[in-house]
Amino acid sequence: MTAFGTPAGRPLGRSGSPGFRFTLFAALSVVIMYLDQRQHYLEHVRYALQAAAYPIQLAVNSPAAAWRWVRESVATRESLQQENARLRATQRDLELRAMRYEALARENGELRGLREALPPVVERWLAAEIVNIQQSSLRQRLLIDRGASNGVFRGQAVLDDKGLIGQTTHVGPWSAEVILITDSEHAVPVRIERTGLRTIAVGGGDSASLALPYLPANADIRSGDLLVTSGLGGVFPEGYPVARVTEVHRDAVQPLAQVRAATLAHVDTDTEVMLVWLRADQSAAPAAALNAAGELTHGNAAMQPQPAPPKPTAAPPAATPAPAPPAASPDTAAPRPPTANGARP
Amino acid sequence: MTGDSRGRMLASTLVALILTVLPLPPWLDVLRPAFLVLTVFFWSVNAPRSGGIALGFFAGLALDVFQGPVLGQHALALALLSYLVMREHQRIRSKPAFQQALIVFAALAVYEFVVFAIDGWTGHALGSPLRWVHVATGALIWPLAAPILAYSAGRLT
Repeated sequence: MTAFGTPAGRPLGRSGSPGFRFTLFAALSVVIMYLDQRQHYLEHVRYALQAAAYPIQLAVNSPAAAWRWVRESVATRESLQQENARLRATQRDLELRAMRYEALARENGELRGLREALPPVVERWLAAEIVNIQQSSLRQRLLIDRGASNGVFRGQAVLDDKGLIGQTTHVGPWSAEVILITDSEHAVPVRIERTGLRTIAVGGGDSASLALPYLPANADIRSGDLLVTSGLGGVFPEGYPVARVTEVHRDAVQPLAQVRAATLAHVDTDTEVMLVWLRADQSAAPAAALNAAGELTHGNAAMQPQPAPPKPTAAPPAATPAPAPPAASPDTAAPRPPTANGARP
Repeated sequence: MTGDSRGRMLASTLVALILTVLPLPPWLDVLRPAFLVLTVFFWSVNAPRSGGIALGFFAGLALDVFQGPVLGQHALALALLSYLVMREHQRIRSKPAFQQALIVFAALAVYEFVVFAIDGWTGHALGSPLRWVHVATGALIWPLAAPILAYSAGRLT
């Protein structure tokens, strides 16, 4: 029983010894990894593979979908009426708010000395259904049932009715993968609504938490503060709610405050999400994004977000009406903070 | 190796892949054994001629499409696993279930280490230490999984 370790002399498989075939496959995997990692040479291959994988993902989701369908179809008349009444109330409330919003937007535009109110940055919405969800400490991803055939592109913002969810990473023909803002590889530029202080929120790696690792210990932030998107980077529309600060810990030894926040969107209970298209000529992104990168490149990243002067709370220097290319690519838009610090040549 | 048993091999691999990507609540997800790895292990031990390294490679590549940060990551890990297991397949096959479970534990640890190392080299998130839990649950479930896999294989060995 000792000779089995030696591959020689045993005709295994069709071609060559196992050692040779293993070397072949190992080399192949390394080449694939290299091509995929460097500059995403395999984007087209991924596109095709994602299309091939979609039926399996649909099948995997089908028990949950069937259960939902059964529950919806046996819902009693009474509960439907209740829901209907509730929805009508919500709608009335939202309509009132929308009226108020328009008035405010006009007023804001007048205050800024513009001839007419600023147009909303979001141009178009599309609802998408969640097909699959992965939530581990490694990966927080969603699979949605809209893809390139619906005009979805890489680095597109995804929201639900409560707040920001994430952005698309891989787009297939009929499906797209969404990286959640809670994924530990994701960072979103945010603004503290109360003070206007801008910073970056990094995913916490579990289903509902974010970390704000770049705030100085004396930053004006307290638990309960609302974080909204700052619009820097051009991926996410400005002013949408992201999270609420749950915990601020200031350690006398550490120069930075340890801040955690809970996301407002709840992906675990959602069945639908919204994809948004930003207006191509919105003033939020590119000039501001360059600014932010510049601020980050020189000096300590922790020193970068300073409390904004109490004048207009709107964050981006809106006076620079740079003709914006459509949304910037996610690499430049929502950088992982460590790479943003100096990797920009 | 007949075409029929090759079909059974692919079918069981597909089922294992589906079990691996099935959405589960996070606490259960931590405990989920790596079904695909167990299946590749089984076929590499019991029918090394039919699937072998190619099975490991393509099963891993499929997993990469579903949940790999880099294409080729799980492909390399599973190809290595099936190579190592194939080399020793006669010795592993003759062991009682308990000792096989220990070998499965070691194999899963090697697999997870390769995945972990590639995560590190390519600069992706390493996650919490909880990612290693499935090594233990996979070994624990092996005495249960092996007969099921043998049944799916039609007791061909």
